[in-house]
Amino acid sequence: LFCFQILRKEERRVRANDREYNEKFQYASNCIMTSKYNIITFLPVNLFEQFQEVANTYFLFLLILQLIPQISSLSWFTTIVPLALVLSITAVKDATDDYFRHKSDNQVNNRQSQVLIRGSLQNEKWMNVRVGDIIKLENNQFVAADLLLLSSTEPHGLCYIETAELDGETNMKVRQSVSVTSELGDPNNLASFDGEVVCEPPNNKLDRFSGTLYWREKKYSLTNQNMLLRGCVLRNTEACYGLVIFAGPDTKLMQNSGRTKFKRTSIDRLMNTLVLWIFGFLVCMGMILAVGNAGWEKEVGSLFQSYLAWDTPVNNFLFSAFLSFWSYVIILNTVVPISLYVSVEVIRLGHSYFINWDQQMFCSQCNTAAEARTTTLNEELGQVEYIFSDKTGTLTQNIMTFNKCSINGQSYGEVTDPLETQPKRLDFTPFNPLADPDFCFYDDKLLESVKVGDSCTHEFFRLLSLCHTVMSEEKSEGELVYKAQSPDEGALVTAARNFGFVFRSRTPGTITTTEMGRTVTYSLLAILDFNNIRKRMSVIVRNPEGRIRLYCKGADTVLLERLHPCNQEVMSITSDHLNEYATDGLRTLALAYRDLSEDEWEAWSESHRFADKATDCREDRLAAAYEEIEQNMMLLGATAIEDKLQEGVPETIAVLSLANIKIWVLTGDKQETAVNIGYSCKMLTDDMTEVFIISGHTVQSVRQELRSVWLCAHCDTAGRRGGGVGKQLHGSPPPPPLPLSNLMDNISGEFALVINGHSLAHALEADMEAEFVSTACACKAVICCRVTPLQKAQVVELIKKHKKAVTLAIGDGANDISMIKSAHIGVGISGQEGIQAVLASDYSFSQFRFLQRLLLVHGRWSYLRMCRFLCYFFYKNFAFTMVHFWFGFFCGFSAQTVYDQYFITLFNIVYTSLPVLAMGIFDQDVPDHRSLEYPKLYEPGQLNLLFNKREFFICIAQGIYTSVVLFFVPYAVLSNATQSNGVPLADYQTFAVTTATALVIVVSVQIVLDTGFWTVFNHVFVWGSLGSYFIIMFALHSQTLFRIFPNQFHFVGSAQSTLLQPVVWLTIALATAICIVPVLAFRFLKLDLKPQLSDTVRKHTKTQRKPPGQGRLGARGGSRRSGYAFAHQEGFGELITSGKNMRLSSLALASFASRHSSSWIDTLHTQTVHTVCFSGENTKTVIKKKKNFTHTVFLSQNASVTSGSLQEATYRLMT
Amino acid sequence: MMASSYNAKEEDGHHSGASSGTGVSKNKKPDNTAFKQQRLPAWQPILTAGSVLPAFFVIGLIFIPIGIGLYVTSNNIKEFEIDYTGVSSDSPCYNCAKNFTWNTTEPCVCTVNFTLHQPFESNVFMYYGLSNFYQNHRRYVKSRDDRQLNGDLSALTDPSKECEPYRKSGDVSIAPCGAIANSLFNDTLVLYYVDSNNSISEIPLVKKGIAWWTDKHVKFRNPAGNGNLTLAFKDTAKPVNWAKPVYELDPLDPENNGFINEDFIVWMRTAALPTFRKLYRIIQKKSGATPTLPNGNYMLNITYNYPVLSFDGRKRLILSTISWMGGKNPFLGIAYITVGSICFCLGVVLLIIHHKYDNRNTSADIPS
Repeated sequence: LFCFQILRKEERRVRANDREYNEKFQYASNCIMTSKYNIITFLPVNLFEQFQEVANTYFLFLLILQLIPQISSLSWFTTIVPLALVLSITAVKDATDDYFRHKSDNQVNNRQSQVLIRGSLQNEKWMNVRVGDIIKLENNQFVAADLLLLSSTEPHGLCYIETAELDGETNMKVRQSVSVTSELGDPNNLASFDGEVVCEPPNNKLDRFSGTLYWREKKYSLTNQNMLLRGCVLRNTEACYGLVIFAGPDTKLMQNSGRTKFKRTSIDRLMNTLVLWIFGFLVCMGMILAVGNAGWEKEVGSLFQSYLAWDTPVNNFLFSAFLSFWSYVIILNTVVPISLYVSVEVIRLGHSYFINWDQQMFCSQCNTAAEARTTTLNEELGQVEYIFSDKTGTLTQNIMTFNKCSINGQSYGEVTDPLETQPKRLDFTPFNPLADPDFCFYDDKLLESVKVGDSCTHEFFRLLSLCHTVMSEEKSEGELVYKAQSPDEGALVTAARNFGFVFRSRTPGTITTTEMGRTVTYSLLAILDFNNIRKRMSVIVRNPEGRIRLYCKGADTVLLERLHPCNQEVMSITSDHLNEYATDGLRTLALAYRDLSEDEWEAWSESHRFADKATDCREDRLAAAYEEIEQNMMLLGATAIEDKLQEGVPETIAVLSLANIKIWVLTGDKQETAVNIGYSCKMLTDDMTEVFIISGHTVQSVRQELRSVWLCAHCDTAGRRGGGVGKQLHGSPPPPPLPLSNLMDNISGEFALVINGHSLAHALEADMEAEFVSTACACKAVICCRVTPLQKAQVVELIKKHKKAVTLAIGDGANDISMIKSAHIGVGISGQEGIQAVLASDYSFSQFRFLQRLLLVHGRWSYLRMCRFLCYFFYKNFAFTMVHFWFGFFCGFSAQTVYDQYFITLFNIVYTSLPVLAMGIFDQDVPDHRSLEYPKLYEPGQLNLLFNKREFFICIAQGIYTSVVLFFVPYAVLSNATQSNGVPLADYQTFAVTTATALVIVVSVQIVLDTGFWTVFNHVFVWGSLGSYFIIMFALHSQTLFRIFPNQFHFVGSAQSTLLQPVVWLTIALATAICIVPVLAFRFLKLDLKPQLSDTVRKHTKTQRKPPGQGRLGARGGSRRSGYAFAHQEGFGELITSGKNMRLSSLALASFASRHSSSWIDTLHTQTVHTVCFSGENTKTVIKKKKNFTHTVFLSQNASVTSGSLQEATYRLMT
Repeated sequence: MMASSYNAKEEDGHHSGASSGTGVSKNKKPDNTAFKQQRLPAWQPILTAGSVLPAFFVIGLIFIPIGIGLYVTSNNIKEFEIDYTGVSSDSPCYNCAKNFTWNTTEPCVCTVNFTLHQPFESNVFMYYGLSNFYQNHRRYVKSRDDRQLNGDLSALTDPSKECEPYRKSGDVSIAPCGAIANSLFNDTLVLYYVDSNNSISEIPLVKKGIAWWTDKHVKFRNPAGNGNLTLAFKDTAKPVNWAKPVYELDPLDPENNGFINEDFIVWMRTAALPTFRKLYRIIQKKSGATPTLPNGNYMLNITYNYPVLSFDGRKRLILSTISWMGGKNPFLGIAYITVGSICFCLGVVLLIIHHKYDNRNTSADIPS
């Protein structure tokens, strides 16, 4: 599509304020139309779409067959009524959707915007905005079209936008106009603006724009930085003017709205296979009966012609057989009931609503209920075998607390007194009136050290108060609010604040702090900003005394390399501390400073300016410049920040692993951090025989390590169990003797595997993946650390490919989107990191612990219900349809139906649909709390026990058996029976009524047996359906209807006449008993001899609770050096030093309370700080608009943060 | 299904998942109703030994007596059947069957003698039975026009297409049209009793009351013709196979003529199976103690009009008495006894199995 557009139009020319000129190009207007139909086109277009569904086309085909009189074995309405019902249900749904789309289109199109026409601002509807118009936007307004920002009320032509609607990111972004146009402040100047923009044609790349502005004989290049895209909201900017470049359907937002395919469940796939088989079966039966027909017509029919002549075109028995084949296809088509797909959808919809309604998955803190965003996957929730979880924000809360620190070789924060069980929280207020009351710290040694004035401690906290990009807001004196980009940074600055080094405010050139009660203003000379490669940030400040100092904080691995050699001793102690902290699962940073002389500063400053101005390779040059000065630093110490676990995580993981679900943690974090989180959430336990760590950097070493893991696990198990024989793993065999899959399964629980991202890259290569999968699956817990978003998806794909198991990915951030998309089921946590993950997910809720309820309760029930529904549905339709097959042998294979045509029409949609729907929606085998108490109840779903090909054949067999009974019992009884007045009962209509009644009763008794949970709905539906059968039958056989349509109601009087006969009822009772007694006996035996766990749980209503999970674990094995690359987005440093984001840069520092300076904060206030942890690799993210469940917008984003500025994120359309 | 595109409303919309503090949003906590929380009160039946085993015994105990009752009743019913098709050469109707031609004006008559060894008490029902006759063939079943048979005048002159190829005879529409009507069974059976001194007496046969009430009074009606059937049917032709038009089926009784002729109605009620019997006449019980049909010799006089040999069909005469449950039907009784016994036995077997494994189950704890 994109290429096509390029070919079609190489460039777009837009001249400002010149509608005539622009109209030549016939650009799309700003009117959008997302609706698919209007009143006239609705019927044809909608029907056309619906008939693209195979099932609908099939039934249409049947309908056409039925219109051929020689073939028609059923009246046309037997197919058209159900088909019309199904089509109209779908059509009503589509029409409703489209109506709302019309409404929202209208609403959007009729929004007012201010357009500059002939020098004055006029209100125009959005849809009347043309390309080339200049429009004025005000604060908090939606951007009406893709605009070139011309000028804004803010300094430097800056304006701020929120792109949440576009890409889901909630942080604010900055756009800046080209400097020449930013001076065109007022409408009069803009009205005379006649610049011409030449740019690329419409495309869907959200982060790219290239164009040139020609104005007054000069060229200005335009980038995405100058563009305001439709869908954004103007924030924190009084007003701005923009030139419409793309309008309506050409806007990037609209260009990105694509279609996507829904995920299909394994039951869906199985169902499709089975339906195909049934079609095959149908054709076979048709053939058998056609052959029968040929034989019959040849042997009997041809002789019988004196009484029954052949139809006009039929001249021989073969042609008759051919027609008979099609006739039988028509009457046997009910083995594939048209209502199957609709019913399945209805059931799934019901289950989705139950998920949405579940109070126990509602998080009151964030006021978020669980949401089933996809309604087609519910039963697969009951079959999950592998869970892939993100760590940050999913297992952990992403709330950071300053926990420990090491200053000049002295560690603080460890509460040493073992007797004191509840350490006392330090009270900072007497010491420091500016302290944050929420801050918790327990070690008073550190406070003492500050109080006595230890210079290192002071310098440590001074660094923390200076080296950051936090913005502060002081609403009233002493009431500080910090707005930090990442929670880590906020925690550090808050810690410094409480220990007496209060960051008060900043301007582009200064930082004001209150150090031990004394206000100090540092001049900020440079911010050496963070990025993912540097993994550190520095500031260079001049203190009031004039001394220049560089403060640096960063990942220990990076920072320790850049220390002055004299730090050797402190460094080794600090390293030990860092190791300790990492072992405790804390996130660490190392801090250092460097004194700079005036000359050094001048020299570096010059080179920095030079690098900054460079037009090519600016990034690299800047990095080199930074590198140059961040050398020979003096180590101050290290900080340790605790990453708090989410509520109920260990319990949930314990329950899920008892349910035999394997949980893999895929995280971008450090190995040590990840392992520690593994321990704290009980994925790893001390009971484990061994925790293997694979961190090789080369293919050989990774292979070696994997083999040794395998050997170790194998020897251990072999030693314990003396070996065993099992089936071989599929996939390419690993070089050591093949792991035996059941053996491997048996040994799980003993081992855990931790693999590093770089090792994983090798392990995921084609020749090693089978080996990796078999090894990893032998381990109970697998933790992949340092993985990129792409690798997350690869791991998921690997398991999908090799294990054929249902996978679930859960995460909250943009980096999880790829795995959420590739797993069978994606769950999004609506948490700290925005809503991208939620938008891409199939289910969303706000707490990890809700996962156990989603899977063990809702998933399990959905699976159970769907399986029971399908079993019964297939049974019912075979019992119903196969009677025709048997009858074929007695009616000359003439495709005569056994039942009345009205019965055939109504059987599936009226007489038997609701009870089975009620069962499919409401059935429960055990109550919800039981399935959480006995996680083993989840296993049948994983093993696919309740509905598989075997179960299907059993259902089919039962259905066929029932049909045999239903045909031959009435046959045997009625062939000789007479009414009590001597009239024979063997007439066709009596036979039809008897069989139909017996069928309805038998399938009703069967549903009574199948239903395990009789709510009032089940009662109403079961008895109601049975009652409706008799009422409708008596109505259809009534004299009234016959008198009106004598040619349509042939069965007049049959019901009355037949059902009054005791013989008929005796026949029905006999048939019912013969059908049901074996089923009852079989079920009883199964329950009695081989009860399933669910049966046992169901029986034993009062059981003791199982013992609580294992206790907390103590010491763990040594782990290596830790370091933490903090989760910053870069670019804020630049913004701060340029002062662009500060209105009154020239005014006094203390005036932060003014309206202007706080406006930035105000806006930030409404946002959650948005932290994305991109690891250099491209992140495939797909942002899904929240909307009704069938219609979604998919944008996709390919983000890389290695490149320059805050907004550098590469978006790419995926679909 | 495909998810489609962008929804403009979303530009305005608030994401439920977004944590942006757009002020006071309403509480989204789901309602705490039993329905929404799936806590509806429900009956949860379990197939326990306490409920299933008694069910088997109860079924057994109900079915066996019913079966015995049915069997005894059925055995008390007297039924006599005789094939008069004339297949073998020693059959009295051999000649009639063999020499049958459609165009004979003189009907062939044959006489079959038979003996009843037991007297038939109360009303005796006389049936004709046909075998290998596919009245349930799809093309046969639909080949009728119920509007015409219901006396609709427009259908009388323009019958339904379903009647093809028995719809029109030349340009005149056939009444009654269709294959069913065309193949009306038209043998005439007369029964004589031959008493011990060889005197022959004709047994009175009642030809009314053999059809369904709804058929006779609702479904079949003669076209309005001021009481004159000949006039009513004047624009129609007789069915091809018929010897006389429909208004001459029973010229003596206007209540049994035309479409409402009961023999015709009985024939038009198609059989479900290729072997069937249809009620032909009723022999009313005589007053007094004499049996309706005493044992002895009988003579069946057949006017052989109906050819069946061409398609290997058979014709029978059946005489039967009736009980509350209809005619002789040994299958039902035997089936009931069998099913009842099986249920009972199953009950016993399951009881034994259950007791044998009972200990294991009650002691078995729930694995966690």
